[in-house]
Amino acid sequence: MRKFLTSTAMIALAFAGATAAARAADVKEVQMLHWWTSGGEAAALNVLKQDLAKEGYAWKDVPVAGGGGDAAMTALKAMVAAGNYPTASQMLGYTVLDYAQAGVMGDLTATAKKEGWDKSVPAALQKFAVYDGKWVAAPVNVHSVNWLWINKAVMDKIGGTEPKTFDDLIALLDKAKAAGVVPLALGGQNWQEATMFDSIVEATGGPEFYKKAMNDLDEEALKSDTMKKSFDNLAKIIKYVDPNFSGRDWNLATAMVIKGDALVQVMGDWAKGEFVAAKKTPNKDFLCYRFPGTEGSVIYNSDMFGMFNVPDDRKAAQVALATATLSKSFQSAFNVVKGSVPARTDVPDTDFDACGKKGIADLKAANEKGTLFGSLAQGYGAPPAIANAYKDVVSKFVHGQIKTSDEAVKQLVQAIDDAR
Amino acid sequence: MSTVATTEPILARGKRTSIRTRMQNALPQIVLAPSFAITIIFVYGFIAWTAYLSFTNSKTFPSYALTGARAYQRLWRWTFESDPPSSWYTSITNMGIFGVLYVGICLALGLFLAILLDQKIRGEGILRPIFLYPMALSFIVTGVAWKWFLDPGLGLEQTLHHFGWTSFHFDWIKNKDFVIYTVVIAGVWQASGFVMAMFLAGLRGIDSEIMKAAQIDGATTGQLYRRIVIPLLRPVFLSAFIVLAHMAIKSYDLVVALTSGGPGGSAWLPSNFMYEYTFKRNEMAVGSASAIIMLMTISAIIVPYLYSELKEKAR
Repeated sequence: MRKFLTSTAMIALAFAGATAAARAADVKEVQMLHWWTSGGEAAALNVLKQDLAKEGYAWKDVPVAGGGGDAAMTALKAMVAAGNYPTASQMLGYTVLDYAQAGVMGDLTATAKKEGWDKSVPAALQKFAVYDGKWVAAPVNVHSVNWLWINKAVMDKIGGTEPKTFDDLIALLDKAKAAGVVPLALGGQNWQEATMFDSIVEATGGPEFYKKAMNDLDEEALKSDTMKKSFDNLAKIIKYVDPNFSGRDWNLATAMVIKGDALVQVMGDWAKGEFVAAKKTPNKDFLCYRFPGTEGSVIYNSDMFGMFNVPDDRKAAQVALATATLSKSFQSAFNVVKGSVPARTDVPDTDFDACGKKGIADLKAANEKGTLFGSLAQGYGAPPAIANAYKDVVSKFVHGQIKTSDEAVKQLVQAIDDAR
Repeated sequence: MSTVATTEPILARGKRTSIRTRMQNALPQIVLAPSFAITIIFVYGFIAWTAYLSFTNSKTFPSYALTGARAYQRLWRWTFESDPPSSWYTSITNMGIFGVLYVGICLALGLFLAILLDQKIRGEGILRPIFLYPMALSFIVTGVAWKWFLDPGLGLEQTLHHFGWTSFHFDWIKNKDFVIYTVVIAGVWQASGFVMAMFLAGLRGIDSEIMKAAQIDGATTGQLYRRIVIPLLRPVFLSAFIVLAHMAIKSYDLVVALTSGGPGGSAWLPSNFMYEYTFKRNEMAVGSASAIIMLMTISAIIVPYLYSELKEKAR
């Protein structure tokens, strides 16, 4: 038996030795963990690869089995735990801050000063890209979720006009229903329902209330009658979905609008990518309005490239990556393809379509007015534990496990309290 | 290791042990060592680690300061939150429904099919693999196929509407109260053929003399199966039960592929709960605690089985 254990130990040691030897450093290389592997996103990222290639930096994807953000984050966790940091990783919201708190992020403050990020990147975004006074991530884009995507042909057929209030929207949906099309295209997955609810909360309570309830998680606001009314409004609007909505993917809901089977979808601006891919033009084939009652503010989420504390011989590559990511040319080229708007407010909007131009103008205005808010459903209002507890409650309300708005508010307060 | 000890003196008869013989002696250990080390570390080591983490306050990353059984307290409280149902309550009640129906129906259907196939029918060689084939599919494939089939706008309902039966209505997969039964349907479809094969092997192993004797004594077919065949199949029941029970408890991919969690998370099983909390919600302590509870559930089934098996062998 002892011999058995000795050989076991020796083989274990041999494995350990092999992994140590496999670590090699190459200065002219960027190691990147991301999940932008599908059509448009991959094409958008290619722009960055080419920019870096011009400066002599090779691009190396860190392979992730399975695709999708969850698998990538699990892989990242394992890499960081093993002390094997990538140059950068695509990250969302609080994840950046979690890793920064764990002390594994790099410091890009010098680059940020030189490139003037402090002034050009909206303050609300800096909350996630700057930790403890140090820049730890480079924001790539800003998505906003308070949009209505409308099929113009259907809109013309029913004689609808842009809704300015929540009641207008309900009236519009009624018209669509009378005309025999599905009024509201929704995918019944919790994040889609909650994303729509983000907009409803602001439409119901106004920007001040949204910030208090969904970003500051103020208990008074969460318990308030305004919150109850928001749930009542959700109950109102949910009546306009088709019976088969549960579990549908967001892009299939978008396809319903594109094909004219449905009038409107409430979704983030990544939905525009689907319209563009289907060769549709804004204002001609489809319309993009702000969710009524949220005009003038932007509920956002953003993709970031988190920059890790890599060894010194890899820092030059990291700086090059960060600089290229926030360069005006890349910001414009990338976001035109991705459907989002640039993460800095001083990028010219010449290459963008009508919806993109509106998005850029709205972001700039919201940044100046202080009405740029993180989306709670997308994980920019609170850490994941709380954001998911929120999604649970909204989804259970939509699907009838929670029956009244009173109960929903009680559950919401309780769930957020639990997750804190 | 006793075999090695007994062969050693024979091999060492030449007094000088050459390198070759020594290598031969050590070979079993060398070959076994990696899998032994891997099992120790990656199975038992990580079970211990998970148990440890469940008593900490781990969030995104593991933290090692013990902070008491707060995670278990939360799970315990959630266990009794039935209206509106907490996610944990949903998960464990679904586990009960799914476990009982899945194991029960698979056993019943498997036995029934095996008995039918055992009637010396023609074409058995073709029928057997047809029933067994679903087992060769992964849960993801089963899940996606059934998702399309059961989708009211796409599959069965839509097709029957096209054929003119417009009053037909079957939307369980979109219904929070029934979605778990669609998981049972897909699971049973996949596993019952395998159970059938197990029973068929058992039936073929029964001595035909016993059957003939019973028939001479005037037993009817019903009595024959009820009194003789099924009791003789007891060991097969036990093995099939163990296989099915652990498959039920570790079911995860089927729920994800078939329902993506169901309306409002109503199709969750404890394994979905564990993954959601550990990796999506960054509540590693709660996730670990739920994993430990799952482990204890499995142990409650497997340990008595192993105990009785080992006792029988010792006899």
